[in-house]
Amino acid sequence: MSLPWETVIGLEVHVQLKTRTKLFCGCANKYGADPNTLVCPICLGLPGVLPVLNRQAFALAVRAGVALGCEVANVTKFDRKNYYYPDLPKGYQISQYDRPVNRKGRLEISMPAANKNIGITRVHLEEDAGKLIHPDTEGSSGVSFVDLNRAGVPLVEIVSEPDMRSPDEAHAYLAALKEILQYVDISDCDMEKGSLRCDANVSIRRPGDDKLGVKTEIKNLNSFKSVAKALAYEAARHASIIEGGGKVQQVTLTWDAIAEKTVVLRSKEEAHDYRYFPEPDLVHIQADAAFVERIRQALPEKPAARRDRYVKELGLPAYDAGVLTGDKELAALFDKLRGEGLAPKVASNWVMKHVLAAMNEKKIAATTFTDKTRRIAELAKKVEAKQITGQTGAEIFAWILGTPETASVDEHILKQGLAQVSDAGALEAIVRDVIAKNPKVVADYKSGKPSAVQALVGQVMRETKGKANASVAKDLLVKALEC
Amino acid sequence: MTRHLYPLFSLRMDITRPLVEKVALLARLEIPPADADRVAAQLGRIVTMVETLNKLDTKGVEPLSNPTGLVDAFRSDEPRPSLSRDEALANAPDKVEMFLRVPRVVE
Amino acid sequence: MIDLTASEIRDGVRAGKWKAREVVDAHLERIAAVDPKLHAYLHVDADGARAAADRVDASGVKGLLAGVPVAVKDNMCQRGIPTTCASKILEGFRPPYDATALLRALAAGAVPVGHTNLDEFAMGSSTENSAYGPSRNPWDPTRAPGGSSGGSAVSVAARMTPLAFGSDTGGSIRQPAALCGVVGMKPTYGRVSRYGLVAFASSLDQIGPIARTVRDAAMFLQAFAGHDALDSTSAPAEVPDYEKDLEAGVKGLRVGVPKEFFGAGTDPGVRAAIDAALKVLQKQGATLVEMSLPHTDYGIAAYYVIAPCEASSNLARYDGVRFGHRAKSFDGLIDMYRKSRTEGFGEEVRRRILLGTFALSSGYYEAYYKKALQVRRLIKNDFDEAWKKVDVIAGPTSPIPAFKIGEKANDPIAMYLCDVLTVTAPLAGIPGISVPAGFTEGNLPVGLQLLGKEWSEATLLRTARSYERETEFWKRSPAL
Repeated sequence: MSLPWETVIGLEVHVQLKTRTKLFCGCANKYGADPNTLVCPICLGLPGVLPVLNRQAFALAVRAGVALGCEVANVTKFDRKNYYYPDLPKGYQISQYDRPVNRKGRLEISMPAANKNIGITRVHLEEDAGKLIHPDTEGSSGVSFVDLNRAGVPLVEIVSEPDMRSPDEAHAYLAALKEILQYVDISDCDMEKGSLRCDANVSIRRPGDDKLGVKTEIKNLNSFKSVAKALAYEAARHASIIEGGGKVQQVTLTWDAIAEKTVVLRSKEEAHDYRYFPEPDLVHIQADAAFVERIRQALPEKPAARRDRYVKELGLPAYDAGVLTGDKELAALFDKLRGEGLAPKVASNWVMKHVLAAMNEKKIAATTFTDKTRRIAELAKKVEAKQITGQTGAEIFAWILGTPETASVDEHILKQGLAQVSDAGALEAIVRDVIAKNPKVVADYKSGKPSAVQALVGQVMRETKGKANASVAKDLLVKALEC
Repeated sequence: MTRHLYPLFSLRMDITRPLVEKVALLARLEIPPADADRVAAQLGRIVTMVETLNKLDTKGVEPLSNPTGLVDAFRSDEPRPSLSRDEALANAPDKVEMFLRVPRVVE
Repeated sequence: MIDLTASEIRDGVRAGKWKAREVVDAHLERIAAVDPKLHAYLHVDADGARAAADRVDASGVKGLLAGVPVAVKDNMCQRGIPTTCASKILEGFRPPYDATALLRALAAGAVPVGHTNLDEFAMGSSTENSAYGPSRNPWDPTRAPGGSSGGSAVSVAARMTPLAFGSDTGGSIRQPAALCGVVGMKPTYGRVSRYGLVAFASSLDQIGPIARTVRDAAMFLQAFAGHDALDSTSAPAEVPDYEKDLEAGVKGLRVGVPKEFFGAGTDPGVRAAIDAALKVLQKQGATLVEMSLPHTDYGIAAYYVIAPCEASSNLARYDGVRFGHRAKSFDGLIDMYRKSRTEGFGEEVRRRILLGTFALSSGYYEAYYKKALQVRRLIKNDFDEAWKKVDVIAGPTSPIPAFKIGEKANDPIAMYLCDVLTVTAPLAGIPGISVPAGFTEGNLPVGLQLLGKEWSEATLLRTARSYERETEFWKRSPAL
């Protein structure tokens, strides 16, 4: 039985910013366009052109820092990171070296045992590289293709302290990071589209040791699952090396998701010498206190705070609050429905039941409902007031989804005759008919099974296509059966 | 003429052939083996000339990387037209259909 | 017609005295006649020039440079026109955009006639480092015209165009202007947009005018100076009217004469010409102030670290992927890079890339790059101190007159030392002008250099004009 090991993990996460244009030129920041159609002399790195900083990208980088509790630098600058690669048009990446926009933040993660703060070393702004495609068609084995649409898209790189102690913590950190960055509307954080990418540093040591072990870096982890698996694999690999009397080599690795193992990319000796130096084509940027404060004020509420508020101030069950705030758009929808005059629990019920069901069934986003809240609220109020039944409500909800907000709910109810029937006169004939057609049930009732009346109520509902007011129908049935 | 300002005292930094070869790889240049000693010697002389800077005490002097005193130059997040793909790839030495083509990238 | 100044041409076009088309035809003829001897041009765009002239003639608006033929240094991008920086690596490159300064000159009615020769990527002081052969000095075609804007200076000196664009990184406008007997000005860093100027050393590069007279230089600069949203380092400050006080003279002006500008390596003919020039300024009412710029001698060393460092990064984009030369045969990606770049760049460019890569690399950054930036600060401090006592600093532009082609070709350090008096201005970001100051006994032109504080172009032009009015060296023309 070997002694236990402690795993030490730090993550470097790259997140694409949600801007309209690239970091240093006016080309669109858009995913999925035809190759090499979102490029200009600047992001192609043609001779003589110059970068000019996108104001919104800078504001979003500050917002990321503020959301992560960072100190925002008064003066920040850009540097060139020099290396040759076909997806890097200029032969250098414009990044930030010694004066990043943000430093010293933290992010709380919730683990089964207790919540834990993970330190954020820095959050800096830089440009993305293009994309390489390695065709496997015949005759193409020796070449790669270059698409520069992504070259110059704004990124923030978020570097954590080596504060995580297990692949689970790393997973929780990524989940929390993604949640908060989506919440403050900085990025889609869609790993499949590459708008969130992760590199991990990992080492192991004996619990209680102060000194860190030799670390290895795993590049290009492209799913949460890969991160957890690669870290577990790598920690185990370190342990088996050390236990076998060997020494861990400081190397850069990549994760082979198919073979489920790490593969060496380059040794320490082959490490890049990036020759950072100040970018002479850009000037220093000052983020004065007032600017940072404006961004702080405009920051959307963090998920945890919103969850608490929903429970404490609005009286929602913790479960509802958790589900609603788990998706920022869902919470926004809930707030909007409340704004239309629904009570918190009613609004919550409609989102939790109808909206979520439609989202799952039709594979649509919560934002699909954003411009339908007025009618959804109107509908919810009618159901509350028992003007229509819950079942009819569900049908009208589906109708709302397929029609523009200008289509009138009232008109629809009128045209389709969907109003709840509570009028005894209108129901009496149906009640008599149901009694006549179901002698067996009637006999059950009369032989002392009062619950049999429910089956008759069901028949009335069927006959009226769900429009009957169930309690009125029941009263009428009881009255008819008793006489 | 002003050569007297830069006496050829012994090299402080020895610009060796292996060093030059390492730098050449970093710079993605080639140095023909027959040329390497000459290039190393020439760079050595320039580096020696440059090392006259060491005669100056610069402790505490703030480096001046750029004489511009400007700050906060921004552009607004407004899209501008991109080039057409034909224009974008017009000067490329090797392209295939929609892409630039390069020797296979291993990483 | 080729003897007309730019302002005379412009005035004549405006007055209907002659057509822009006649003017450009005369200059194209001159180019055809003398350029085979001098090789100022890498590319003459005669059709484009005539079309541009016709547009000026057809237009009702006659701008500041209406109908004035202009030569463009071949490191300034012009849409659809080959722009090579005198390098094999850019052979055949046609930019899909214009340099802002060029675009502004065109908007003012300038007629671009072609692209001029330079040291490859502006790295050199003689125009010998051109991949397409050297330019020759019109005063003595066995001699170099200086550089790197040698082709532009030759074009103006030999009456092929009245104006030419130059770019100055360590003296590349002022030194060839001095050696060819014309006016050349490097504006304050940030005065002119660098957009479309192929970068050599971005914290030093500035585009500036080369002209025969100070007035023409002022008028030309006026047309293309000013803020450009495409260049973050271009200053939003308003551009003053450079011609307004051009004739106001130098009475009361304090002219500093730094002893370091007259080192032991100064050619006696240069020394004599500059001494005479200083006396002229004194006679015109300026006060000469003896002074010191103690870090001048360290300028070359600082410059030859900083400029190569920036160049090593700026020239990384020439990788044979998106444009430019790619080697025919290679073994894999890294070999493709190395062969393409080695074949495409000339020896001096490769030397500076190696030097800069070394000085930025891990373990050497502090000792070389950072040290050089600290010395750069000391040089700037020298000037800041000087402006407390003087308005303008005067001295030679180059310690020596034009040298023989090939004389320094195999000795890079000897070539670097040509820049000893010109590198400090770009290091500090201040403006400087070189104005013709007579000739040596061997009939080679000498340039008087005037330096001023940031944004003092108007003062420098006024001082240069005052001196020019008295001496009129510009009226002398090389025998061709």
